[in-house]
Amino acid sequence: MPEQIAQTASVAIREPFESAVNRLVSRRFPGVGQVGNLARLSGGASQETWSFDILDGNDWRRVILRRAPTGYSATFASAGLPTEARLIELAGKSGVPSPRVLHVLRPEDELGDGFLMDYVNGETIPRKILRDALYAEIRPRLAFELGKILARIHAMAGAGLQTLREITAPAAIQELHLAYRADGCPRPVFELAFRWLQGQALLRSEAVTLVHGDFRNGNLIVGPEGVRAVLDWELAHFGDPMEDLGWLCVNSWRFGNIDKPVGGFGQLSELIAGYESAGGRTVDPRRVILWQTLGTLRWGVICLGMLARYESGKDRSIERAMIARRASEAEIDLLRIIAPRA
Amino acid sequence: MQDRPNPVELVKAVANFLQATVLPQSTGRQAFEIRIAINALELVARQLVHADEDHCAERERLEELLGRTGSLTDLNQELCARIAQGAVDLTDERLIRHLWATTMEKLAVDQPSYAAFREEQLRNRGANHGLQSST
Repeated sequence: MPEQIAQTASVAIREPFESAVNRLVSRRFPGVGQVGNLARLSGGASQETWSFDILDGNDWRRVILRRAPTGYSATFASAGLPTEARLIELAGKSGVPSPRVLHVLRPEDELGDGFLMDYVNGETIPRKILRDALYAEIRPRLAFELGKILARIHAMAGAGLQTLREITAPAAIQELHLAYRADGCPRPVFELAFRWLQGQALLRSEAVTLVHGDFRNGNLIVGPEGVRAVLDWELAHFGDPMEDLGWLCVNSWRFGNIDKPVGGFGQLSELIAGYESAGGRTVDPRRVILWQTLGTLRWGVICLGMLARYESGKDRSIERAMIARRASEAEIDLLRIIAPRA
Repeated sequence: MQDRPNPVELVKAVANFLQATVLPQSTGRQAFEIRIAINALELVARQLVHADEDHCAERERLEELLGRTGSLTDLNQELCARIAQGAVDLTDERLIRHLWATTMEKLAVDQPSYAAFREEQLRNRGANHGLQSST
């Protein structure tokens, strides 16, 4: 394995990214003459998202490239880009709104790990989805619709997912605790939340299914008629299906609509009704709230991790530094759940 | 004693410059980053105003709770250890009052517009002024 990484890394240095994209397009889409508008959309140090247009006959068509530059290995918790591509394909077949995967990168593409998929037009910015008039009609139905989508995700099965790890509550709490301790800064509220979660018997899993791992407002492409695509399967794993329902309800993804727990869209009862209507298991709302609490703590620990990322020099953006100062929002949200004031 | 403008005034001056002059000339990613820079400067200004008083209050509460003196980090570490051991827990009203007070002080600097903070602030006011305060 190290040999392979070393080899592809040297190729990446020799060949500029743009010409590699051009060669890939001419191989993968014979007859396509031109590539234009190559632009980086987002991504951190380990994963990048690019968009570009290809001239297909007389029509320009937009394509998305998700890639990890060669030499960057995925973290132990991430699915890895080839598996992400497989998940998107499986999701599409399972009735989960998904883009079409066009190509999974091979070594001869000289672009590292990753895949090409169709660009899906629509809105991803949470505040716009929650506020713009364009989405006024769909908003009240989204909690129910997201429930249906989650039920389909949790029923997904198929070849190619063997590499995904399995992790349920006791281990997930322990892993999070290690990450918290690594930060080194003492946080009594987090400490109390860990204690509280460790004592919750209802967090024990009744079932283990595929879990998306980051299903929230911000990882959805939405149009005026509904959800057009579910994005970002990087944290997919096998685990407790209630993890996804709880994560969707974390206060930080409500963007101010705190009286609508499900992503700022609607009530938990609507999410559960959608989930059960599409074949999901019967949901105990108490378990969703426990997973929401664990999710809130997870978000807090992720915020702490931003400081380490910033200090390492890998990402020196002010944005990164400022997210570290959002750990306190997790603290107030945790207190509101475990020690609410009268 | 240093002369004025003081740090708060200078930081606010830079934030105002970014807001009034730089932001209108920016688009896309750069405009986004300038907004974050303005937010960061505003956070710094709030912390400069509040930090001394907040840290004093937090330390006093911790000293009372733990029955000893020490630095803020030191005292917080000990409180964490006691919580982890189960020596203090959710049933301890003094602990809960301390955690709420500290968290509210942090949010007032970090993110005073956070909806949960605003709701809890209203709750504070309600508790301080009684039910008749309808403004």
